[in-house]
Amino acid sequence: MLIDLEFEIEPGNFILAGEASSKIKETLKKLGVKPEILKKVAIVSYEAEMNIVIHSIGGILKAIISKDKIEIIAQDSGPGIENIELAMKEGYSTAPEEIRNLGFGAGMGLPNMKKYSDYFEIDSQKGKGTRVYMVIYNK
Amino acid sequence: MKNLHSIMLDKEKCKGCTNCIKRCPTEAIRVRNSKARIIDQRCIDCGECIRTCPYHAKYAVTDSLEEINKFQYKVALPAPSFYAQFEVDDVNKLLYVLLDIGFDDVFEVAKAAEIVTHFTKQFILNNKSKKPIISSACPAVVRLIQTKFPDLIENILPIASPMEVAAYIAKKKIQREKRIEEGKIGVFFISPCAAKMTYVNSPLGFKRSYVDGVIAIKDVYGLVRSKLREIKDVKLLSIASGKGIGWAASGGESLALEIEEYVNVDGIHNVVKVLEEIENGRLKDIVYFEGLACSGGCVGGPLTVENPYVAKNRIKRLSSKLKDKEESFSWWTEEIINSFSLKLEDILFEKELETNPVLELDSDIERAMEKFEKLNNILSMLPGLDCGACGSPTCKTLAEDIVRGFANDTDCIFILRESIKELANKMVELSNKLPPSLERNDE
Repeated sequence: MLIDLEFEIEPGNFILAGEASSKIKETLKKLGVKPEILKKVAIVSYEAEMNIVIHSIGGILKAIISKDKIEIIAQDSGPGIENIELAMKEGYSTAPEEIRNLGFGAGMGLPNMKKYSDYFEIDSQKGKGTRVYMVIYNK
Repeated sequence: MKNLHSIMLDKEKCKGCTNCIKRCPTEAIRVRNSKARIIDQRCIDCGECIRTCPYHAKYAVTDSLEEINKFQYKVALPAPSFYAQFEVDDVNKLLYVLLDIGFDDVFEVAKAAEIVTHFTKQFILNNKSKKPIISSACPAVVRLIQTKFPDLIENILPIASPMEVAAYIAKKKIQREKRIEEGKIGVFFISPCAAKMTYVNSPLGFKRSYVDGVIAIKDVYGLVRSKLREIKDVKLLSIASGKGIGWAASGGESLALEIEEYVNVDGIHNVVKVLEEIENGRLKDIVYFEGLACSGGCVGGPLTVENPYVAKNRIKRLSSKLKDKEESFSWWTEEIINSFSLKLEDILFEKELETNPVLELDSDIERAMEKFEKLNNILSMLPGLDCGACGSPTCKTLAEDIVRGFANDTDCIFILRESIKELANKMVELSNKLPPSLERNDE
């Protein structure tokens, strides 16, 4: 059995930002997923959601929950990432000044997503968009 | 998890309105048979329903002042928020009045707060793990985390609350000084809140509580007020500094810790919001999080009398007034710590906090997933108005209640109406159908 959650993420809307990951968290709590797993999913899904809000022109956040694992997929249309290697470095950020002033875009998003997921895959094409696929095993 | 809560319902007064079910942060109340019903395992004793009920049908069970007479030697532990209830320039007067109303001794919880601050500083210095550290002083917040934020349990400061530390020291002190055995000493907390009562019945992080009873501030308010007027001579009883007394209001605990990177939040719904952010990993730079269930902090507790904003101002005034004596007060803190050779380990949690899995749909994940699917299907049929007429706070909660087997879809008045309409149409349809024996021949 699978539970499939899909949320459309509005770019630039900081009021709604975080709602999708909140709903994912809420679902996992209802399912009785262990606190350690929950914590990882909370962080990666929130970071992924924020990246779409900050950098893209729109996208979706998906969570596919099965008994053994939680897959988080963030897919957006937007500028894409020019240099993935650089983007994966802690503290490297292309977020504009005004977003940094809001306390976001500290360059920890992608590194944190990688750090807290058991499997991490990123795919990006300049001018097209970015897709991040993450798996957290539910053990 | 055992959770004997202390908030009760006066059925006579309850009108079965939906005010309380809407405000409860853990969705612990339902209306059944025109009366509110609290789900024990979900209640965190935050007191929000006491504050919200327009008919004053919610109350907290606490001990009466007479209870103290069961003990040979009676000690009052006034909460710092107790000081804010009266217009008094000298704390000694208030403490003296406590002796006047039947206690043999007082030990200020504010002093214990300073001791807790001392050890929390040590803990923070050595702590390399989870940030932010979440204060464990408010039992309602701790229970909220156990229930709604299980992944944040490891962030909770594993140190006893000032009330508990005060009770521990008071008992040790009296045993030593008066040679009275522990069982004959009755230690009573003069409390602004219901959650402390629950804590004493089922402690958090500890096997037992040193507190023997909890007396509501409001229950002694009148007596204390009238005695205050009569007071002539005063003994020197006060040993707590402004820092300890400051704990009564939101932010006081953080201020006493003298760290810059803290966040203090009051009001249970605000606490929920910030805990959500901590869960998202958003408040990493913050070292300490002080969350208090009541608006304004303990001065806004449901068992207090004075307006919380006035009370907060009084705490501020008292704190700054005591400031110039700070050195002698800190001498007292050291004196107590040394004379009982208290160490951090002595006040650390004895046992880990458990999660309270009442929000889970099932303990088996596959069955929980099935129920979740069912829940969503039901939810899509409900109108989403969250009217509360079914007795559940929201459509989502009703869907959950149906899945858990505690409610029916026809509890929703819109679904019921729709079903009645269908039934009525069917009746009309049937009434038009005649048995063949009576069938008219129109030809």
